[in-house]
Amino acid sequence: MGMTMTQKILAAHAGLEKVEDGQLIRAKLDIVLGNDITTPVAVNEFKKAGFDRVFDKDKVAIVLDHFVPNKDIKAAEQSKTCREFACAHCVSHFYDVGKMGIEHALLPEQGVVTAGDCIIGADSHTCTYGALGAFSTGVGSTDMAAGMATGTAWFKVPPAIRFDLTGELPSNCSGKDVILTIIGMIGVDGALYKSMEFTGDGAHGLSMDDRLCICNMAIEAGAKNGIFPVDDVTMAYLNGRSERPPVVFEADADAEYEKVIEIDLSTIVPTVACPHLPENTHPASALHHIKVDQVVIGSCTNGRLEDMEAAYNILKGNKIADGIRCIIIPGTMQILRECVERGWYTAFIDAGAVVSTPTCGPCLGGYMGILAAGERCIATTNRNFVGRMGHVDSEVYLASPHTAAASALTGYITEYQE
Amino acid sequence: MNTQGKVFKYPDNVDTDVIIPARYLNTPDARELALHCMEDIDAAFVKQVRPGDVMVAGWNFGCGSSREHAPLVIKTCGTGCVIAKSFARIFYRNAINIGLPILECEAAAEEISPNDEVKVDFDTGVITNLTTGKTYQAQPFPAFIQNIIQSGGLLASLK
Repeated sequence: MGMTMTQKILAAHAGLEKVEDGQLIRAKLDIVLGNDITTPVAVNEFKKAGFDRVFDKDKVAIVLDHFVPNKDIKAAEQSKTCREFACAHCVSHFYDVGKMGIEHALLPEQGVVTAGDCIIGADSHTCTYGALGAFSTGVGSTDMAAGMATGTAWFKVPPAIRFDLTGELPSNCSGKDVILTIIGMIGVDGALYKSMEFTGDGAHGLSMDDRLCICNMAIEAGAKNGIFPVDDVTMAYLNGRSERPPVVFEADADAEYEKVIEIDLSTIVPTVACPHLPENTHPASALHHIKVDQVVIGSCTNGRLEDMEAAYNILKGNKIADGIRCIIIPGTMQILRECVERGWYTAFIDAGAVVSTPTCGPCLGGYMGILAAGERCIATTNRNFVGRMGHVDSEVYLASPHTAAASALTGYITEYQE
Repeated sequence: MNTQGKVFKYPDNVDTDVIIPARYLNTPDARELALHCMEDIDAAFVKQVRPGDVMVAGWNFGCGSSREHAPLVIKTCGTGCVIAKSFARIFYRNAINIGLPILECEAAAEEISPNDEVKVDFDTGVITNLTTGKTYQAQPFPAFIQNIIQSGGLLASLK
């Protein structure tokens, strides 16, 4: 019996010819990632355990993104801990204010992660890089510390669910509607401990930004990782960007999958996940009565250039509805710069939105758009748990940039119609 | 190793945002963070929990963020063990890595009631509900993971 794409990457990094579902392995890591919240805990553990050097200064990435520019004194202390550690260990991929972006928008953009990699990150959305054909998964701070010290991590080889995508997305839908539809279908633990492998003609027709968004939310179905095959779209993205040569792995023709789910992309509709779980999905068209107070367009899920473009196309020349706060957060400095150069930044301001420097900020209820009791936000972020964006009695509705921008113009949940 | 205490019962899909809200994550200090453990789902928890008490929950406990602060605050509050029908995978890893005892047992998680007195034997995986007298057998950990636990956590096991 053959191996899935994920299993082949894991086998190669464990120095084994073959691995099987459930096997415990120790694999070599190409990148170990942390952010300004998880790295300080990892640094403490690293020091407490008596380690004095990182395994490879070029294979550790530390990105300050959750609370920077620092929101308060304590957050500043956490950033300082990261900065001092990165400096002491000559960490080459250290991204501070001015260079930073939201980690999962930044590392692919900068070519730090590539096809065939085995990556752990002390951030649950590390699964994003599966879009590039890498095995990439979220872990905690202690795993990050062990990864920085040894360059390895233990894994239980996962089984997989295969998603065969056919057809083309309608023009008012994006990768976000695909992954919300899937989570609505299988539930928030529908892929628990498993890989989600996306294949088929429909997968090859998706842009890299859509693939990154889909893999980003694999964790919201409980998955260990999400992954796309490497194709022309991947290679076009990686060319001239990837620091290391991409390595292409393909699933064996006789690989075993726990389940195969077929999805015709042409049947996808603008989809919204209602409070308080990402699986609580409904067509946006059924939610026109829901009034919102705030709109957030950004995050590691939807802060990329295509997301900004979708927002621009809908907001340009229009006005955000009275009483609605619309916050737009480009994911990286490069994306922010593109927004400025293309005139999108001005169009956002003219429409009545505010534009922030890159930050995770409101997505996790950090800052830059915290909700009061009883307030509602439609957001392109990834979680709508109780209290996620602020007060325990506030609500978050998850949607695509198209739907979020269209809702900003009406003040109610609204799908975009050309 | 054993624990014995009162049960705090929670539903399916308890996420790490309600275990420790991100608004408090501007410090890595476990004792400071622990003051807010379960705040957004059960504000009374930190006032009522006593060393050795047991959390019992449904499916997918600890879903969401990778924050290790979540198992850390549960442990720092004195919780002796978390029993659930299943755990989200990052929480599962983190709990093992930091030495918070967790057990998967569907029947126990279904039948044990809030405020029951429960005794847990980690070596055998036997859960005893002292209030009802009923016992349950939890899934044992694979030897590889038992080794991490017995070493006192992941980093200690690497030494």
